[in-house]
Amino acid sequence: MTTRAAAASAPVVSMDAITKTFPGVKALDQVTLNLYPGQVTALVGENGAGKSTTVKILTGIYQPDGGTIRVAGEPISLTTPNAASDAGITAIHQETVLFDELSVAENIFIGHAPRTKWGLIDRAEMHRAAQGLLDEIGAPFATSAVLRDLGIASKHLVAIARALSVDARVVIMDEPTAALSHKEIEELYELVETLKAQGKAILFISHKFDEIFRIADRYTVFRDGAFVGEGLIEDITEDTLVKMMVGRAVDQIFPTREPHLGDDVMQVVGYAHPTEFADIGFTLKRGEILGFYGLVGAGRSELMQALFGITKPSKGVTKINGNIRVIRSPADAVANGIVYVPEDRGKQGAVIGLPIFQNITLPSLQKTSRSGFLQLVEEFKLAREYAERLDLRGAALDQDVGNLSGGNQQKVVIAKWLATQPQVIILDEPTKGIDIGSKAAVHDFMAELAGQGLSIIMVSSEIPEVIGMSDRVIVMRDGRIAAEVAGDDLVPETLVRHAAGITATAQMQGA
Amino acid sequence: MTDATTNRHVPDRLHSRAHRTLRSWETLLLAVAIAIFIVNSFASPYFLNAWNLSDATFNFTEKAMIAFAMALLIIAGEIDLSVASIIALASTAMGLAVQYGAGTPELVIIGLTVGVLCGAFNAFFVTVLGLPSIVVTIGTMSLFRGISFIILGDDAFRGYPSSFAWFGQGYIYWVFTVEMLLFVIIAVIYGGLLHKTNFGRAVYAIGNNPTGALFSGIRVQRVKFILFLLTGLMSGVAAICLTSRLGSTRPSIATGMELEVVTMVVLGGVNILGGSGSIPGVVIAAFVMGLVTFGLGLLNVPGIVMSIFIGLLLIGVIALPRLLAMIVARTQS
Repeated sequence: MTTRAAAASAPVVSMDAITKTFPGVKALDQVTLNLYPGQVTALVGENGAGKSTTVKILTGIYQPDGGTIRVAGEPISLTTPNAASDAGITAIHQETVLFDELSVAENIFIGHAPRTKWGLIDRAEMHRAAQGLLDEIGAPFATSAVLRDLGIASKHLVAIARALSVDARVVIMDEPTAALSHKEIEELYELVETLKAQGKAILFISHKFDEIFRIADRYTVFRDGAFVGEGLIEDITEDTLVKMMVGRAVDQIFPTREPHLGDDVMQVVGYAHPTEFADIGFTLKRGEILGFYGLVGAGRSELMQALFGITKPSKGVTKINGNIRVIRSPADAVANGIVYVPEDRGKQGAVIGLPIFQNITLPSLQKTSRSGFLQLVEEFKLAREYAERLDLRGAALDQDVGNLSGGNQQKVVIAKWLATQPQVIILDEPTKGIDIGSKAAVHDFMAELAGQGLSIIMVSSEIPEVIGMSDRVIVMRDGRIAAEVAGDDLVPETLVRHAAGITATAQMQGA
Repeated sequence: MTDATTNRHVPDRLHSRAHRTLRSWETLLLAVAIAIFIVNSFASPYFLNAWNLSDATFNFTEKAMIAFAMALLIIAGEIDLSVASIIALASTAMGLAVQYGAGTPELVIIGLTVGVLCGAFNAFFVTVLGLPSIVVTIGTMSLFRGISFIILGDDAFRGYPSSFAWFGQGYIYWVFTVEMLLFVIIAVIYGGLLHKTNFGRAVYAIGNNPTGALFSGIRVQRVKFILFLLTGLMSGVAAICLTSRLGSTRPSIATGMELEVVTMVVLGGVNILGGSGSIPGVVIAAFVMGLVTFGLGLLNVPGIVMSIFIGLLLIGVIALPRLLAMIVARTQS
C-alpha cells in the first residue's frame, strides 16, 4: 500500500469536511474528496447523494458553509466560477453549457480569448490555438464550424477542448457519456487516457458501473450527502461498491412476477405520422408490461407522444376498452386514462417552480376540488398519500420541485400520474440517468402496479431492462414495427437483430 | 414500497404561515404604502381629507381593473400592451352608438362587447397562430387606436346620457364611489379566480413551465385564450368608467395607460417573466401608485415629474429585496 500511495503522490485538489446546507436539506455533510494528478477518480452515489452539489462547489457556483478546499496543498476559496477557473478547475457538465450560434473557436475561448495589442480579439491566434486543441483531442471538425451544426458528441469534444484551453489541472466530467453512442463513448475513453497522460486529475461522475470499472483509478462514495469511503478501484468489487452506495445489498435481478393478463385495454390501429412513424398497430392487455425497444431515432418517443395527444397522427385510431376514443390533446388522453411519463423530466415532466404537492395534484384537480374551487386539505392529503407510497425524499410538500434530485423529481412525475388512477401508463426511459437503488425501486414499483391491473408501456433503450421487465416487446425500426417478441425469443440477440434490421436470411448468408 | 410504515413522512409545509407572510413581497409593499401615507399626511394639510382621498382613488381604480386581469395574463407568461387602445376603441364605439341614440344599457353592452372582441382578436394570433403576445399586442395597440382616429379624427363624441355618468361620477354612499365598489368587486373576483380555483392553478403552472403544464393535461392554449378575453373585458369595463367620468371620447383617451397598468402589476410583485405573483400584491400596488400621484399632486408637482417618481418607485421597490440580500450576504462573510 505504501508504494501505491507514494505513486499516487499528493492530491492536486482536496475537499475536507465540506458542508453545504439548503433550506431544509443538508446536501453535503462533512464530505471528503481527493483528486490526484494523472488519475481518474469516480464519484459514486445515488441520486441526491450530493454529487452535483460537490461539482457546483468545486466550480465556484455554490459556496460551502464549512470545510476547506485545498489546491496543491494551499487552502483556497472558490468564490466565483472565475476563481475556480483560475485555480485550474474546469467542468464538462451534464448539459454542456455552450453557445449554439457561435463558432467552435469562439466557444472554446469565450471569456479568455487571445487579444491583439489594441485589446480586440485576435481571431487568427484564436483559431490557431483552437486548431491545436482540436488536434490534441482528435476532433474532426473545423474551428470555424458553427456549433449549432454539430452533433452531441462533437459538442462534447468542444466542451473538452474548452476545458483544456484554460490549462486545467482538474477536469470534472459529469455524466459525459449519457447522450453518446457506443462508438463515441470509446472515443471519449481514449480522450480520458490522453488527459491522464498529461497529468490532469479527472473527476468522473457516472451511474454506469462498466464505465467506472473501465476507466477509473480511484473511487469516492457519497450517500445522502455524507462521505462513505474512498480507495483504489482495483481493491474493490462491483458488489461492494453498490453496497457502499445504497447502504444495503441490492439484488440487480429484476422482480419476478406472474403476469395476470386481463382483457384488451388499449388497441392502436393504423397509426401513422407524415415523417416519424407508419403502420403502427398493437394491443395492450390489462396488467401487461409491453416493452418498446429500438435504436435512438426509431420513432418510439414520437409514437408515445402521439398516443398521448401531444403530436397529431395523420391517421389511426385508439380504442380504449373496445371503444374508439379521439385523443387530440394530453387532456383528452388523461380523461381516457392514458398517461405519459416523459424522458425529459425537467422540461416536460415536472413543473419546476411549483411546489411538490401542486405538481402531484395538477392533473387531479377535478378530484380534489369542489366545483372548480381548490381544497388545499384534500390536495395535501392526495399528495401525501402518493409521496409516501413512492418514498419521496423532500423537506416538505410545499417545497419547489426544482430543489429535488433527478430521481425524486421522477417520483413526483410518477406520483402525479398514479394519482389520476390511469388505465395505461406510458413510461419513456423511466430509469435513464437515475442510480441503481432508484432503478430497482422503479422496477419493483412497475411490477407492483402491473400486478394491480395497470397496463404499462415502457420505452427503454437498455436491453436488460427491456428483457427483465417486459411480458412482450415491440421492436421499432425507422418508424415501423420491426418485430414483436415474447417468450423464449425474448433474448438480447433477437432484439438487437430486429432493431438494426439484420434479417434472419442475411444472418444465414453471413454464416 | 406499499408498506407505508417504512417510507418516510414528508411534512406538508416547510415554514409556518406567519413566517411565509412576514417574508412575502406583499408585506414589504404594505410597509411602503403605509410609509407613503404617513409622509403624505405630514407633507400636505389637505391629504387627510375624506373627499380629497376619495378623489384620489380615480388615479388608480380604472387602471387597477385592467391590472387584475393583466396580472393573470403576465403570470401565465403572456402580456397585452393593447389595453389602452382597446379603451379608445370601446369608447369610440360607445360614442358612435350615442350618435344613433343608444341608451345607457346599450352603451354598457357595446363597451364590454368591443373589449371582449379585441381580446379575442389578440388571443387568436397568440394561441391559434402561436405568435409572441408582445409583438401581437404592440401591433394591435396601433391598430385599435388607429381605428379610433379614423372614425373620430380631431373630433370628440359627447352627449352621453345623464344616467351613463353614474359609472364614473356616481357615489354609492358618502365618499365611496361606484368605481371603488367596482374595484373591490373585481379585486375579489380575480383574487378568488387566481388563488382559489383550478383555473388559477393552471395559470401558475403555465407560467412556470408551459410544456410541463401541457404534458400534465392542462389545456394551455384554452387557458391563455380565456385570459386574453378577460383582459379585453376588463379594458371594456375601464372604458365605460373612464368615458363616463370624462363625459366625452377623444381618440387620444387613455394614451400610455398600458405601461401604467404593467407598472402596477410588476410593482405588485408579479414576475414579468411569468410564474409568480398575487392579486393582494396588485391591490396594494394600486394604492401605492395612487397615494404617490395624489401626494405629489397636492404638492403641485407637474405630471411629467410625477412619472419620474413612479419610475424610481418601481425600480426602487424591485431593487430593495436584492439590495437587502446583498447586504445580509456581505455582513455574513
